[in-house]
Amino acid sequence: MAWLFYIPFWHTERFVNHLEKTSSVSVFEKNLCMNKQLLLGAEAIALGALDAGISGVYAYPGTPSTEITEYIQKNSFLREQPLRSAWSANEKTAYEAALGMSYTGKRTLVCMKHVGLNVAADAFINSAITGVNGGLVVAVADDPSMHSSQNEQDSRVYGKFAMVPVVEPASQQELYDATRYAFDLSEAVLLPVMLRLTTRLAHSRAGVEGKAVRLQNPLNALYAPERFVLMPHNARRQYNNLLAMQERLEELSELSTLNRLIPGTGRTGVLAFGIAFNSVMEVRQAFSLDLPVLKIGHYPLPRKQIEALFNSCDTILIAEEGYPVYEELLRGYFDLQNGKCIKGRLDGALPRAGELNADSVALALGVTKQEVMAIPKIMVNRPPELCKGCGHRDLYEALNTVMSLHEQHHVFSDIGCYTLGALPPYNAIHTCVDMGASITMAKGAADGGLRPAVAVIGDSTFTHSGMTGLLDAINDRSPLTVIIADNDTTAMTGGQNSSANGSKLQAICLGLGIEKTHLRTIIPLKSHLAENIKVLSEEIAWDGVSVVIAVRECIETAARKKRNPAANL
Amino acid sequence: MQTNIILAGVGGQGILTIAAVIDLAALQSGLTIRQAEVHGMSQRGGAVQSHLRISDREIYSDLIAEGTANLILSVEPLEALRYLPFLATEGRIVTSTESFINMEGYPAIEEIINELHRTNQPVLVNAAELARKAGSPRTSNMVMLGAAASLTGIVPEKIESSIEQLFRAKGADIVAMNIRAFRTGEAFFHHQATVS
Repeated sequence: MAWLFYIPFWHTERFVNHLEKTSSVSVFEKNLCMNKQLLLGAEAIALGALDAGISGVYAYPGTPSTEITEYIQKNSFLREQPLRSAWSANEKTAYEAALGMSYTGKRTLVCMKHVGLNVAADAFINSAITGVNGGLVVAVADDPSMHSSQNEQDSRVYGKFAMVPVVEPASQQELYDATRYAFDLSEAVLLPVMLRLTTRLAHSRAGVEGKAVRLQNPLNALYAPERFVLMPHNARRQYNNLLAMQERLEELSELSTLNRLIPGTGRTGVLAFGIAFNSVMEVRQAFSLDLPVLKIGHYPLPRKQIEALFNSCDTILIAEEGYPVYEELLRGYFDLQNGKCIKGRLDGALPRAGELNADSVALALGVTKQEVMAIPKIMVNRPPELCKGCGHRDLYEALNTVMSLHEQHHVFSDIGCYTLGALPPYNAIHTCVDMGASITMAKGAADGGLRPAVAVIGDSTFTHSGMTGLLDAINDRSPLTVIIADNDTTAMTGGQNSSANGSKLQAICLGLGIEKTHLRTIIPLKSHLAENIKVLSEEIAWDGVSVVIAVRECIETAARKKRNPAANL
Repeated sequence: MQTNIILAGVGGQGILTIAAVIDLAALQSGLTIRQAEVHGMSQRGGAVQSHLRISDREIYSDLIAEGTANLILSVEPLEALRYLPFLATEGRIVTSTESFINMEGYPAIEEIINELHRTNQPVLVNAAELARKAGSPRTSNMVMLGAAASLTGIVPEKIESSIEQLFRAKGADIVAMNIRAFRTGEAFFHHQATVS
C-alpha cells in the first residue's frame, strides 16, 4: 500500500504550481475588491476560513481564540452555503468532529487556546497518522505572558511532536492569507495544518483585505480503513509514511512566502519567529539598523535559508515568541552554537519568559535607548474582580460561612469567572489547575481522608470535563460535595452558550448516579442567604457524593439580552 | 505621520468604544492602524489598556515601545499614571479627573493630580460634568475623545463622521448627543490651550 507515498507528492507538485499562479491572480483580485475591513487577528482567521470554503468550525471558547468562532457564528448567515458553527463541549470533541468532517471531504476549521490543545492532543497527534481528506486547519492561540491563562506553553512543540506543517503569521493580513493557504496546503499534503498565533495578534485590530470566495467542497467521504483504522499494522505503515513526508514538508517551507529574508549587510543577523518579527522590524526601523532579518512563519524550518543567514553573519539573535524551541536546536546540546555566536532567550540576551516587545529586542541588539518616566510610587494594583451584583458573590458568601464552621476548609475550584473568588474579599477557593480538576482533585483529597471535600465548578466547565470526574467519585463512593455554579453561560470568555444548564444539568447528575435527595438547587441571591447556608451545610456534612446547583444567570448576559432581545436566540 | 496612543481605563468603562471611533476614522483617512486590546480575565473591573497606532506607512509592532507614546488618553486619573513609562518626552496626557475606586489603597486625588502635573501640559477634564452639559452623563467617553482629538493626528470631521456611523443604529438623537459631547470636549481643550 504505497499509494500514500505518491498521492501527496503528486498533490504537492500541483500545489507548488498553484502557489506560483496565485501570485499573479492576487493583483487582479486587489483591483476587484479594495474593501479593507478592520478586524482582530482572530477575526482575520475566521474571514480567511469562510472565504476558503469551510463547511464547519468546531471550538470550545478560550482566550485568546474565542473571537475566531464568534466571528463565524455572526457572519456565516451572510454566506450562500450554510455551515455549522455551534460551540462544542470541549476541545477534544471539537477536534474529533472536525476530523470527521474532513473525512467527508469538506474543509473544516477547529479552534482552541493553547491549553485546549492538551485536551485535544490525543486526537491531534493521531490525526497526523491517519492524515486528512478535506482540508483541516487547527488554529491554536497561545498566550505568552499568561494574560488569561495558567501557563505559556508553546504550541509549536505540539506541531513538531505531531510532525505536521505549522504556519505562524505575523500580521492580520498575513493571518487571512495564511489561513487560506493552510487549507490548500492541508489538502496538498493530506495532513492537518496547525495555524499558531499569540495573544497580541489575536487581539489586535488592523485593516484586512478579503479575496475571492471559494465554494465549499462537495461531499466525498473517504473509504480508507487502511489509513483510519489505527491498529498497529496500519499505524506502523502510516507513521512511516509521515516520516517519509518530512523532507517534502521542508521543501514546501523553503517555498513559502511566510519565510522570507529582509536583506541587510550587518554581521549580526536576526532569526525572527512569528510576531517576534514585528518587534525586530520595529527596532530595525526606529534605530536605522542594517540587519539581515530572516522571518520565520512556516515550519518545519527552511534549512537552506537558515544556513544562508548563518553563513553571512557572525552573531545571530534568535527571537522566538514563545519557548526557545529552535534556539535550543540551533545551539545544540553541547551549546557549540553552530560555530557562531548565538544570542536569545537561553543566554539571557532576551528574557526567558513572557512575550517579547520592541524594548526587550532593542536591549538584546545593544541599542541604548533614552530614559523613560517611572510609574509614580503612589500607584496601586487594580486586580480584576467579580462584577457587582454577580451571583458568584452570593454563592461565595454562603460557602465561606459554611466552611468557617469546619476545621478543614479547603475548596477545590476550576476555570471561569468564579476563579476570581480566589481573590479578596472572598478568598473562597484554594485550587485552580485545569478544566475539570476541581471535582477530581476533591475526589482524590476525599480518598486521602480530607473531610469535607468541596468542589466549585461552572456549568460550562462541568460539561467540558467535570462529568467524567463526577462519575469516578460516584463509582468510588468518595464523599464530596460538588457545587455547580450555573450562570447559564460561558461567562469569562464573553458569554458563549454552554453545553448544558438548568434541568439538563440535573438530568446529567442523576444519570451519572447522584441520589435524588442529594441533588439540591439553590438561588445565589442575598435574599436567599440563610436558606443557601442551610442547604450547603447539610450537603457538605453528608458523608456521600452530593451536588448543589447554584442557578442564577450571569448579569452581563442578562443585561445584553435586555439591550438586544435578538441575542436571546 | 505616526501617532502612538495609549487608551487607559478600568474594565467596563468603555475605552474600546473610543478605540473603535478612532480606528474607523483612521481607516477612512487611508491610514494604517494597529490597535491591541485586552480581552478575558482582566476585563472584569481590572486595569485595562489599548495600544493604538496610526501611521501613513507600515506599522510592524502591535505594541507601543516605552518612551514613544504621543498621547495617553485615560478615562480614569490613576490609570493615566500607570502607563507613564510609555509616554514620550513631548507626549501629552489627557485624562478624566473622576476617580473609579474599586480597590484598597487608592491614593488621594490631590497626589494623583500632582503627579499628572509633572508631565508635559496635562489636559485634566471633568468629563462627567461636561457630559451632563452636553445632554447625558453616558457621553463622557466622547467628551474625552473630543478633548484629545487634536492630538490624534486625524481631522475632527473624520472623527465626527465615524461617531455618526458607529451610533447610527441607535437613532439620530443619540448621534447628535454624542457629537455634541465630542465638540464640548474639543472646545474644552482649545479653551485650556488658549488660557495656558
